[in-house]
Amino acid sequence: MEDKLSQNKVLEEVTGSDYKYGFVSDIENDAAPKGLNEDIIRLISKKKEEPEWLLEFRLKAFRHWLKLEEPDWALIDYPPIDYQDIIYYSAPKKKETLASLDEVDPELLDTFNKLGIPLEEQKVLAGVAVDAVIDSVSVKTTFKDTLSKHGIIFSSFSEAVKDYPELVKKYLASVVPYTDNYFAALNSAVFSDGSFVYIPKGVRCPIELSTYFRINAANTGQFERTLIVADDDAYVSYLEGCTAPMRDENQLHAAIVEIVVMDNAEVKYSTVQNWYPGDKEGKGGIYNFVTKRAACRGVNSKVSWTQVETGSAITWKYPSCVLMGDNSVGEFYSVAVTNNYQQADTGTKMVHLGKNTKSTIISKGISAGKSNNSYRGLVRVSKKAEGARNFSQCDSLLLGDQCGAHTFPYIQAANDSAIVEHEATTSKISEEQLFYCQQRGIETEKAIGLIVNGYAKEVLNKLPMEFAVEARKLLEITLEGSVG
Amino acid sequence: MLLNIKDLHVAINGKEILKGFNLQVNKGEIHAIMGPNGTGKSTLAAAITGREGYEITKGEIIYKGQVINDWTPDKRANEGVFLSFQYPVEIPGVSMTNFMRTALNAKREYLGQPQLKAGAFLKLMEEKKKLVEITAKLTNRSVNEGFSGGEKKKNEIFQMAMLEPTLAILDETDSGLDIDALKVVAKGVNELKSDENAFVVITHYQRLLDYIVPDFVHVMYGGRIVKSGGKGLALELEDQGYEWVKEQFGEE
Ligand SMILES: Nc1ncnc2c1ncn2[C@@H]1O[C@H](COP(=O)(O)OP(=O)(O)OP(=O)(O)O)[C@@H](O)[C@H]1O
Ligand SMILES: [Mg+2]
Repeated sequence: MEDKLSQNKVLEEVTGSDYKYGFVSDIENDAAPKGLNEDIIRLISKKKEEPEWLLEFRLKAFRHWLKLEEPDWALIDYPPIDYQDIIYYSAPKKKETLASLDEVDPELLDTFNKLGIPLEEQKVLAGVAVDAVIDSVSVKTTFKDTLSKHGIIFSSFSEAVKDYPELVKKYLASVVPYTDNYFAALNSAVFSDGSFVYIPKGVRCPIELSTYFRINAANTGQFERTLIVADDDAYVSYLEGCTAPMRDENQLHAAIVEIVVMDNAEVKYSTVQNWYPGDKEGKGGIYNFVTKRAACRGVNSKVSWTQVETGSAITWKYPSCVLMGDNSVGEFYSVAVTNNYQQADTGTKMVHLGKNTKSTIISKGISAGKSNNSYRGLVRVSKKAEGARNFSQCDSLLLGDQCGAHTFPYIQAANDSAIVEHEATTSKISEEQLFYCQQRGIETEKAIGLIVNGYAKEVLNKLPMEFAVEARKLLEITLEGSVG
Repeated sequence: MLLNIKDLHVAINGKEILKGFNLQVNKGEIHAIMGPNGTGKSTLAAAITGREGYEITKGEIIYKGQVINDWTPDKRANEGVFLSFQYPVEIPGVSMTNFMRTALNAKREYLGQPQLKAGAFLKLMEEKKKLVEITAKLTNRSVNEGFSGGEKKKNEIFQMAMLEPTLAILDETDSGLDIDALKVVAKGVNELKSDENAFVVITHYQRLLDYIVPDFVHVMYGGRIVKSGGKGLALELEDQGYEWVKEQFGEE
């Protein structure tokens, strides 16, 4: 009883947070007209001066997409999306070729500064190479030269198409074919940019690579595509961050991330997703439909997905690992926070094909306000996957009694030697814990932040240092006003 | 007067637990509160510290001359009220270091003082750890998680030493402690004790009062104090139990 009382009070109080990335930048845009048809796709391809094969790929994807139905199996609820009411291409208008950072649109630089992404020296010193994608187009990639010394390719997707067409052609859609699902088909038809990473054999990428995605223009969908290839014995840690302005209408984001991991190679992919979640009444916000998959093709290859999902009105996202190589390892660490009217249906797929493959799933869902938060995960062990192992831990934390938490674990084990373990818990922030903190002088909101961060620690610890700090702050901001 | 509780009535879920409780505590004093199980001792501690669900239906809690009935728990804490919990709570994933630093800085912020630098804070931690003979590294241990019963109680006294309260309430801090730990707790209290602060010690055992010598002993029964006296009263209780109280004041 007591418990309930304080929960509600805390919840009422906390529902008052402001989205601090909600500004709109006044950058000149070069945009296609609204709507989707083959002409628009030809226009996108032409704008990007793409080779014929890529246009063909887009058109095939589009024709396939027309035949598909939007999936409805996820526990999310939203009005129908009018795909003809979206702008599929928008780019900050280019001035002539830029010789230095001084020539970059000052508004754009300002935007990045507000986002806390200085493209300048500071970042260079911090050792982070940044590819910034604003409204679908990659604006600037720092650090390219340093990386190229190691033979590492880190560039915008468009540039990669021009500079390394064979590599792109070889791996594009090799992990997520355009036939994969509705949103993957859509993305394959209209993607406008993204990042491309190639780590050659035997190279450990000396710095963390990162991409910041930003939706700026109105009525625009963002459809970026990331392709990461780690060749034999290679290693890379990749970070992805995202923000968007506050707008009353919903905006669509449908991305694809593909990762290929060869023998003994390792890729760490970390995401802090903070797209605009909509306001307290559930108005506006990003619809986030993302397909992320890694193919562990080589023996002893390894992939870890770490995600902190705090934003978006709707999140539909299942970063997956296809463990083909013997002894390959897949990991998924997730913190998903929903507040107000946010809805998240997120989880992972671990597909065990090779022998002695191992996967770990740690999912921490935190729901507040009137939000809904679902974990949906599949662990599949194929017949030939002798000695496969999986451990899954799915925890849900509820703040208040108006939100929902759900867990949908699917297990399909076709090999008798498989060991698949699943643990799940649901808990509430206890009044006792809150009072204990308050009695030590810590006010309610801070106390919730502290407790939630402790709850998510296992996952946050997987993030690179500077990202972890940001993620902790985000968790606190997201839950501001969730408790009274 | 540091604390003046006047005719306090407190109800939990509509059920009255404290029924006209009175207590005056001056700076420099140690008060012991004894009484049978379920008589409202922890309820009193909860009411003084402002715990939600403990509804004051009548009466006043006056602290440093101000009625604090409506103050939030964190405000009371930052004004110097500390509770050593009868059942300390575990907070998984939150390190003791982080917890203490957050608490200490919250208080400093409240008092308009600058935040404590990491170095100074760690030094203070080490100093206070020594005081209560905690040898474990607290940096990587979550609050009370995996602590033994005795360690949890010592940890409460450690936090008290860190926060240097003006009014400390110790709710059965001695329960479950071995004799060495008991001495450590008493040492902590005695080193902190000054003319500027006061202690309210809730206990069932006279034993603790050999080490923390009270100025006053109160017998609580049926939600109020039924008898007060000096240190001798505790000995009497140890000797005679509470039968005489029940006879005199009736079954609860
Ligand atoms: N949350 C609650 N809901 C209902 N009744 C409660 C609650 N908390 C305490 N009580 C009741 O209030 C009365 C006083 O409890 P309290 O914990 O204050 O006793 P105490 O004197 O501290 O006992 P002990 O010596 O066993 O610690 C008891 O009858 C108890 O059952
Ligand atoms: Mg008690």
